[in-house]
Amino acid sequence: MWEYTDKVREHFINPRNVGEIPDADCVGEVGSLACGDALKLFLKLDENERIVDAKFQTFGCASAIASSSALTEMIKGKTVDEALEVSNQDIAQFLGGLPKEKMHCSVMGKEALEAAVANLRGLPVAPHEEGEVVCECFGVTDQTIRRAIAENNLSTVEEITDFTKAGGGCGKCLDRLADILAEAKGQKKELKPLEIAPAKPAGLTNMQRMKLVSKTIEEEIAPSLQKDGGDIELVDVDGKTVLVKLRGACSSCKSSQVTLKQFVEKRLREAVEQDITVQEVR
Amino acid sequence: MAVIYLDNNATTRVDPAVLEEMLPFFSERYGNPSSMHAFGGSVGRELSQARERVAQALGCAPGEVVFNACGTEGDNTAIRSALASQPEKRHIITTRVEHPAVLNVVKHLERKGYEATYLGVDHEGMLDLDELRDSLRPDTALVSVMWANNETGAVFPIHEIARIAKERGALVHTDAVQVLGKIPIDLKTLPVDFLAVSGHKVHAPKGVGALFVRKGVQYRPFMLGGHQEHGRRAGTENTTGIIGLGKACEIAQANIAHENSAVKALRDRLEAGLLAAIPEARVNGSTASRLPNTTNISFQYVEGEAILLMMDAFGICASSGSACTSGSLEPSHVLRAMGVPFTYAHGSIRFSLSRFNTDAEVDTVLAELPKIIARLREISPFKRQEGEAPACTC
Ligand code: FES
Repeated sequence: MWEYTDKVREHFINPRNVGEIPDADCVGEVGSLACGDALKLFLKLDENERIVDAKFQTFGCASAIASSSALTEMIKGKTVDEALEVSNQDIAQFLGGLPKEKMHCSVMGKEALEAAVANLRGLPVAPHEEGEVVCECFGVTDQTIRRAIAENNLSTVEEITDFTKAGGGCGKCLDRLADILAEAKGQKKELKPLEIAPAKPAGLTNMQRMKLVSKTIEEEIAPSLQKDGGDIELVDVDGKTVLVKLRGACSSCKSSQVTLKQFVEKRLREAVEQDITVQEVR
Repeated sequence: MAVIYLDNNATTRVDPAVLEEMLPFFSERYGNPSSMHAFGGSVGRELSQARERVAQALGCAPGEVVFNACGTEGDNTAIRSALASQPEKRHIITTRVEHPAVLNVVKHLERKGYEATYLGVDHEGMLDLDELRDSLRPDTALVSVMWANNETGAVFPIHEIARIAKERGALVHTDAVQVLGKIPIDLKTLPVDFLAVSGHKVHAPKGVGALFVRKGVQYRPFMLGGHQEHGRRAGTENTTGIIGLGKACEIAQANIAHENSAVKALRDRLEAGLLAAIPEARVNGSTASRLPNTTNISFQYVEGEAILLMMDAFGICASSGSACTSGSLEPSHVLRAMGVPFTYAHGSIRFSLSRFNTDAEVDTVLAELPKIIARLREISPFKRQEGEAPACTC
């Protein structure tokens, strides 16, 4: 069972502002039955666009219901523009925190609010619906993912799943998520080519390969993983197979295979040889 | 608040009679059963008695029982052993609805170069035996099919499955963790090679299990070390647990008729009562041959975790196949394999009873759950209005 704060439990058992506003000035709807959670938010405004009433209907787990309840409490009395300042982090904080795997519930609150405002302003789509769909299982676009990374300072693919649900289904999109993350974090830019790279000889001797692999890991890959609390250790180079051990946060990370393939192996292929493969030893 | 425990497919309470039998082995009778002295030797004799009791419940010879830690260990050992003893065969058949103790091993083996076939199930959770027949190949090393499903209680025709597989020369393993104590097991007439059971599903403690290994079947131990269990499972035996498992097996065997009459009647009353009181509810695998203690009911338009937490306020314990109760974001792989629509799968609750449940407990659930579902549907944007078509037909 999830560890919920008393406040989450309280807002789940006694959610505030449940229901519909029949003459609402705007309605925001996100999620779907297929995804397992959905939120419909109704807002009633005064002439100054101040939210005089907010009600919701939620299909979802305890944290989805509690997040919706918290959101309505937080935005009542605010102007629409002030309400838009409320971030998903604020919703989670209001509740005394949410399990990290449930952060997407707070994101859903934020998105419903944006959808309602888009509805108010006559905009056709909520911002989260724009962009290219990256995760087909949950219909999550690259824009939503980039935004979640930026707003919540996400640093692993697993965190992207916690905050957006992308990658939580069949897993087909995990590689793409790792790419988006690397781009967003500017890792690609940071990885300057080694001086030696342009002059890479056609066939490396074992010794040359060993040296180049260890230099790339030491100087580029390890520092980059260390930034996220992880680390990597070179165990052996057996022909074109590089054996490594993941350390720190990486060793327990569910997305470690993605890191290995999409980052470590990719970088070694660029810097050393095209047909290098990386294997983890435990 | 008294706990109403309806989650017995997850784990069971230790039977007081089992506990009583175990207690001396925690204190005064702490000898190592492998020791040469009489103090340890007497414990060794108790261990043999426990082995006989387990063998009795399984309908096999005591020498075919290997004590271990749990069902997962039994499943892992059986699958790995079957493959290691037939290195020339590279194909495994299992089902899409197995417990992770089997599914994850098979997936792991696939990554190691084995080929696997995952048999599908129909909307009632039942296998198509023709699919099994078509999947068998000369290089099929093993057919691993659970006897009864932990989530829906669907009981597979394991005798038939084993017969088909054996005819084609494959070894057969079955995860019988949910079966022990609920359906009679007679390994004299059931031609499987390996069968795994677990103590804590049958009112023995956690941390003890047993694997049946048919005499004459080649065996490769998973744990290496001392000579315990005739070298088939090294490591000093969990003596107290094994004593408990032996006693629990004896009680389970004596209670099997009760399980299929009184417990089943209680389950049926709960199921019928909930279906009558709550609209748009359905039993997953309703007409399949089912364990007597299990019912898996889906309530449309509400989400399982929310239901569980509200029930928790009344001390009612059950399980959900909803995504939100697990680390995964997809609802139960079993319900998905059965093609249960998302609208139902997210709101599924599994009730699994035991002989310790009472009529009064069922009454409480029947009184409270309809109110909980109604309350959550009030909050839900998907509740169906009178005369309206269903919200989703996916
Ligand atoms: S496409 Fe993203 S999890 Fe399936």
